[in-house]
Amino acid sequence: MRRPYLRPIDRHWWAKPPYLAYTLREATGIAIAAYALVLMAGVICLALGRSAYDAWLGFIASPLSLALHVIFLVAMVFHVWTWFAIMPKTMPRLIVGGRYVEPQLITRAGIAVAALASLGLLLVARWVLP
Amino acid sequence: MTGDASIADRRITVGILRYRPEQDEAPVVQSYEIPYVDDMSVLQALQYIKDHIDGTLSFRWSCRMAICGSCGMMINGKPQLACQTILRAGNQLPLRIEPLLHFPIERDLVVTVSDFVSKIESISPFIIPKYPRTLAEGEYLQTPTELTRFENFSDCINCMLCYAACPQFGENPDFLGPGALALLQRYNGDSRDGGQAERMKLVHTENGAWSCTAVGYCSEVCPKHVDPANAVNQNKTNSALDFFLRFLPGRGTIERSA
Amino acid sequence: MKRSISPIFWLMFGAGGMLAALFGPALVIITGLAVPTGLGFSPTSMDYAHAIGFARHPLGKLVLLVVISLFAWHGAERIYLTLKDMHLGPKHLLAWLSYGSAGAVTFMTATALLAIGL
Repeated sequence: MRRPYLRPIDRHWWAKPPYLAYTLREATGIAIAAYALVLMAGVICLALGRSAYDAWLGFIASPLSLALHVIFLVAMVFHVWTWFAIMPKTMPRLIVGGRYVEPQLITRAGIAVAALASLGLLLVARWVLP
Repeated sequence: MTGDASIADRRITVGILRYRPEQDEAPVVQSYEIPYVDDMSVLQALQYIKDHIDGTLSFRWSCRMAICGSCGMMINGKPQLACQTILRAGNQLPLRIEPLLHFPIERDLVVTVSDFVSKIESISPFIIPKYPRTLAEGEYLQTPTELTRFENFSDCINCMLCYAACPQFGENPDFLGPGALALLQRYNGDSRDGGQAERMKLVHTENGAWSCTAVGYCSEVCPKHVDPANAVNQNKTNSALDFFLRFLPGRGTIERSA
Repeated sequence: MKRSISPIFWLMFGAGGMLAALFGPALVIITGLAVPTGLGFSPTSMDYAHAIGFARHPLGKLVLLVVISLFAWHGAERIYLTLKDMHLGPKHLLAWLSYGSAGAVTFMTATALLAIGL
């Protein structure tokens, strides 16, 4: 006789290895969104006027905000790392000169470009900002 | 190892999730103690149990060399081929063996495969010619580069380890899944094939590429380095581009294997 | 066969993710660490006069809208999928909450930038 038995899935699979690493990677999205909220608050305060914006600046200079932005920075760097690790999976196999390009090469190239881009932005900002 | 148990003076305990529908309400763990040598595979352990201790133990196997795809199971929580998993290689003892996750259990370590087979059949797993050809035109010519574009996807042995690895398939059994989508890309990426548009219709659905969240564990467990995660995720790119560009005049379905 | 609308959100997730990967670290350093502490940058670079000047310029508006909006849509997709993995609610509710929030962020930022004028 047949009586197939389907085991119920573990509701907490996302919190356990090997999936925990994936969940942590996705969690960087929270930091990116949170940083956007901080910037948005700044833009809204800017629209509301000088005193509102000065309040936002006060927050930005506070130890809480500095600690928060350190967390944002760590999350951003982790994002760069994991982003380019997964990026080759979204592309068809790259074949250059008849030979297959290893995904690790694409990942390393991506991280290098990102490092240059951020460095470039820092230098441009340094030069342009008063 | 084969046969000569007296050689082995070490013994290990193997815990196996049993299920006999005629007598069990639900699966239950049964433990066996067996003689053990370093180079035993999990499959050999199972065969020892069946041959010498408990003939009722049911499990699929055939080639015992990781090419038939029959002996996939959860070994210490990881989807692996039993014939390819050597007990010496860092496995914790006691050994814990369960049927492949996310599939209904028929009996003991045997799971239902009919759903997977239907999915394989649904993606038109054959060359659909670009235009009608006659025999007089001769064979298709294909360069090594063209072959490299899809060859790894053709290495799939239908072992279903990727489905056991995929949490989104566990959450949504209607997801086409890594194996079927890898086979789909094997054909979509083949220069001889002209059936991309037909197959992409399946990719565009919620149960196509869009159930995938790029966990990537499927490619990690694949014994044949098929890289199903790549098959699924490059089709997200194809599907997303097609979503917007399909309104352009004269545009067919986008397939970026070239 | 019914097409999924996921491509819309996936492309924005991808754009936001690429933007964050390329410029995210530098942006966080500049706006959140270097300028407020005066490290390597003048702490007055972000004061009202300079900020309003930047936000009044059409390119400044574009930069602010694109960065804030795409970062929000990137986060929304990841938050939606993670909340769904965690079974924290029915998926349509989670989708409306996540994507709705990103939409709200986009709308509020655009409105504020319009209010700031030229």
